[in-house]
Amino acid sequence: MTEEIIIAGFGGQGVLSMGKILAYSGVMQNQEVSWMPSYGPEMRGGTANVTVILSDERISSPVINLFDTAIILNQQSLDKFEKSVKPGGTLLYDPNGITRHPVRTDINIYKVEAAEEAAKMDSAKTYNMIVLGSFLKVKPIIKLENIQKGLEKSLPTRHHKLIPMNLLAVERGMLVLQTVHTV
Amino acid sequence: MAQTFDRPEIQTPENLVYSKTTCLTDNVMHYCPGCGHGTAHRLVAEVIEEMGIQSETIGVAPVGCSVLAYNYFNFDVQQAAHGRAPAVATAIKRLLPEKYVFTYQGDGDLAAIGTAETIHACNRGENIVIVFINNGIYGMTGGQMAPTTLPGMPTSTSPYGRDVETMGNPLKITEIVAMLPGTHFVTRQAVHTPAAVRKTKKSLRMAFENQKLNKGLSFVEILSNCNSGWKLSPVKANKWMVDNMFPFYELGDLKVNGEMINKD
Amino acid sequence: MKELKLMKGNEAIAEAAIRAGADAYFGYPITPQSEILEYLMMEKPHERTGMVVLQAESEVAAINMVYGGAACGKKVLTSSSSPGISLKQEGISYIAGAELPCVIVNVVRGGPGLGTIQPSQSDYFQSVKGGGHGDYRLLVLAPASVQEMADHVGLGFDLAFKYRNPVLILSDGVIGQMMEKVELAEQTPRLSNEELAEKYPWATLGKRDGEPRHIITSLELESSKQEIHNLKLQAKYKRMNEEEVRYEAIQCDDAEYLMVAFGSSARIAQKVVSMAREKGIKVGLLRPITLYPFPSEIIHKLAGQVKGILSVEMNAGQMIEDVKLAVCGKVKVEHFGRYGGMIPTPTEVFNALEQKIIGG
Repeated sequence: MTEEIIIAGFGGQGVLSMGKILAYSGVMQNQEVSWMPSYGPEMRGGTANVTVILSDERISSPVINLFDTAIILNQQSLDKFEKSVKPGGTLLYDPNGITRHPVRTDINIYKVEAAEEAAKMDSAKTYNMIVLGSFLKVKPIIKLENIQKGLEKSLPTRHHKLIPMNLLAVERGMLVLQTVHTV
Repeated sequence: MAQTFDRPEIQTPENLVYSKTTCLTDNVMHYCPGCGHGTAHRLVAEVIEEMGIQSETIGVAPVGCSVLAYNYFNFDVQQAAHGRAPAVATAIKRLLPEKYVFTYQGDGDLAAIGTAETIHACNRGENIVIVFINNGIYGMTGGQMAPTTLPGMPTSTSPYGRDVETMGNPLKITEIVAMLPGTHFVTRQAVHTPAAVRKTKKSLRMAFENQKLNKGLSFVEILSNCNSGWKLSPVKANKWMVDNMFPFYELGDLKVNGEMINKD
Repeated sequence: MKELKLMKGNEAIAEAAIRAGADAYFGYPITPQSEILEYLMMEKPHERTGMVVLQAESEVAAINMVYGGAACGKKVLTSSSSPGISLKQEGISYIAGAELPCVIVNVVRGGPGLGTIQPSQSDYFQSVKGGGHGDYRLLVLAPASVQEMADHVGLGFDLAFKYRNPVLILSDGVIGQMMEKVELAEQTPRLSNEELAEKYPWATLGKRDGEPRHIITSLELESSKQEIHNLKLQAKYKRMNEEEVRYEAIQCDDAEYLMVAFGSSARIAQKVVSMAREKGIKVGLLRPITLYPFPSEIIHKLAGQVKGILSVEMNAGQMIEDVKLAVCGKVKVEHFGRYGGMIPTPTEVFNALEQKIIGG
């Protein structure tokens, strides 16, 4: 199994940390992982993206141009990466703030109203975990217990009290996933 | 020479009043006759011998006339890149805090190309000694203008005299480092008379004693002539120094025990 | 038991330095490698091992601190990115001239000038041909994974002390910023001053009674003596070429076409190998791990086997010169690269391979 994922959105949406939790969770189930962020001034409120690869084999390039899954959290990223999803691949997006929706018919498209759900949970910080939950609903490549272990590894100890809330958000994300189009 | 001094009948231990410090080698110095470097070297070496720290001292030589200082100091010496001696010394002292570390630098090295390293080592309060020889000229390269060259003073790169309008003013770096909280002892001395030599030696001793007590950075400026660079005989050069350098670079302590000295 | 962690390449460098028993790190912040200094400051290595970490006033000061520490026989390293490495060149030349061991990490970004902060391999020439003034070489390691970032620190120190020569770890923004699994070595103890004095009789740890003083210098005013020193350095570089060439040959045994790539380019090229093989094209990859000494011999050998060679680099064609020297006209050698911080995609490289080598 190899899953090549891009997560893209605004800086501050938790794009990089979501990728990190995914990568750590992969390590917890003995997979090879790579996490390659965009870096530099883009991180400061501009667009941010991270390529995460999970695989049972040694990973060759951490930099790729075609993805099995694109997790898209703003319009710029949708414009940039919709075309980078492999035919038959998956695009998951948050429609909040999106004016031009995905149009491809050769890929599976899902959406999650994560911003809205995070507001309902009264915690903006759970936003990326809701998205992660929706992704795992589509692609159950990581067990929830490994997500928990991944959170424990990637969060500093002082934030461990937030783990239950994060796991709730992941579960919430699994429930609120909407299918737009499948091939 | 050998004939003059070969008098075994009077060369007896009871007649011995002075001998060369063991902290200098027997290598013949390359400095011009009349230059202050030789005296300054001797004073540093004597202080190290008297404190019994020869085996615990690591000196850092600069680029400039004293680039070959390691040929004369009889203890461990590192030769540093131009201006970088305070950075080199910082690392040595941080890694060998129990050793005695000093730099020996000229004005071009310390106050032009190495200004940043000087200021920052002083500002961090590195527990080292900086010995700063100021003769207002680049001696090694043949008499070019230094950061400390006096206004109007001719050099090979200011042949009509230093024009402060276009060449800037001489830099009183010793006054600058005295203002930094990291310096504990800052002084300006000279080596042109026996009295001045004695005072300079006292200052050097105090500087190394400060290091022993982990007091922070001690900065000893020594004004010296450069008779070759100034194109004067040694005696005239010393007189020129007294008449011209001393009014601009006032001798004396600027900071003692971390306290600025009020000269008024 | 060895410890498994998920780390950025930069963090791996820092942690590996502590574990290698490094005595000091001196550095100055610059993107994309500031995590090295940040990690070290956060980790308080002075509490863990007694290691000194100091943020210098400039890259120039940092490399000269390395000089001072290395001359005491200490394990000292610094890191920077391209513009900062240019600033360090004077100090590196002095270190090479004075024959001091140290590790220098360059997490390369695109240039020239202030350039970009994005990954590049455009400092190849500077790294393998000397870099500063004078006839000298650095031993250059090119990690292609976070694991190698960690491993090359320990290896780098071993080689630096073996040859009394600076070792450069030539990385880039991809390897520095990416996270991968890394197995960390166990803690190597730092050596005491007594042990150092025993092991490195040249080190300035203080003149011992009845023994000559230690002098560290790169100055020799007599040309005839300077020439002898140069000959000694050259003999050392020759020995490195005989003993230290390291490379990885990936699917080269039956290869009809070859790519040569190092560092992050090699990772991309490795993906291209599988893309090509899926299409039935027998492509191999030769990944130099040491860029100096360069694996010329194996490339020369493979040149007799393949129909063409593509040098894949994130620059305008630098390593290709060494590849061509190794190939010695036996077979066609072409270059493919992206510049200025652009990272080539596997598809781009594959297309270049098809157009320039397979089709051409």
